[in-house]
Amino acid sequence: MTWAGVLVASAACYVLKLAGLSLPQHWLQDGRVQRTVPLIPIALLAALVGTQTFATGQHLVLDVRAAALAVAVAAVILRAPFLVVVAVAAATAALLRLL
Amino acid sequence: MPATRGIARDAVGIAIASGAYAISFGAIATAAGLSLLQTGALSLLMFTGASQFALVGVVGAGGSIWAGAVAAALLGSRNTLYGVRLSTMLEVRGWRRAVGSHFVIDETTAMAIARDDPQLSRYAFWVTGVALFVLWNTGTLIGALATQAISDPKVFGLDAAPPAAYLALLAPRLRAREPLAIALAAAVIAILALPFVPAGVPLLIVAALVAVFGAFRK
Repeated sequence: MTWAGVLVASAACYVLKLAGLSLPQHWLQDGRVQRTVPLIPIALLAALVGTQTFATGQHLVLDVRAAALAVAVAAVILRAPFLVVVAVAAATAALLRLL
Repeated sequence: MPATRGIARDAVGIAIASGAYAISFGAIATAAGLSLLQTGALSLLMFTGASQFALVGVVGAGGSIWAGAVAAALLGSRNTLYGVRLSTMLEVRGWRRAVGSHFVIDETTAMAIARDDPQLSRYAFWVTGVALFVLWNTGTLIGALATQAISDPKVFGLDAAPPAAYLALLAPRLRAREPLAIALAAAVIAILALPFVPAGVPLLIVAALVAVFGAFRK
């Protein structure tokens, strides 16, 4: 099942890339499409941040991940590189669990 | 030509940075329960970072693989618009288009559209695509293998890594007030919906709402 999902999702992502290079330009140059599509990653990534920080399964929880996120926000504001943002968040969660 | 040397240097720099972030992808995917082959296949075949992080994030949080697949495809939709911007620049046909399509992502688009000369744009696109592909897949393997050696990913705080990764992907898109407001609203709506719907579905609700918002906004 996992394999099917991995392969179907990969194929879908490839077709989306290919479509941009292949479809007639004017189909995709509609102003509404151009304005809406860039909003989707913003909403989805923000929703992923929220749900994976404040929930376990279907239960809302407040644990060390919230503190880890706060540290990640600080790192992002300080323009830290990607891996540093991830590493300081993981380290914060690991250290708080040791206490 | 010095211009191409500068582009190649920038491309390698971007590829090294992406390779480092592929290490965190490999780690997160493995901690989410994907096998080494599945993790490697995602970087090889999907090759678009945010989609890959979303798929393994949904699975890691207990969601179904199909909810993760839909989230990945939705995040991949922006690559279609990149393709539209690149198509006149690249002028690729046949097998070059089939291969080139795979490289249509954030980084290659940014590198290509930054050039005034179409020939340099094409060079920037291909050299960034190839360098990134190599290091992205290498980084993924390193992260996955390192994480397989760990018995409990939670001890290393790896469950706190995905939100930080999404945040780092999100941050460059939040340079104005409207995207920031959309991001905050999306996070709150997803959290509020979460207890009432299956895992992964809050993402689809948020995606539908933002599509409606985009369609009706002036």
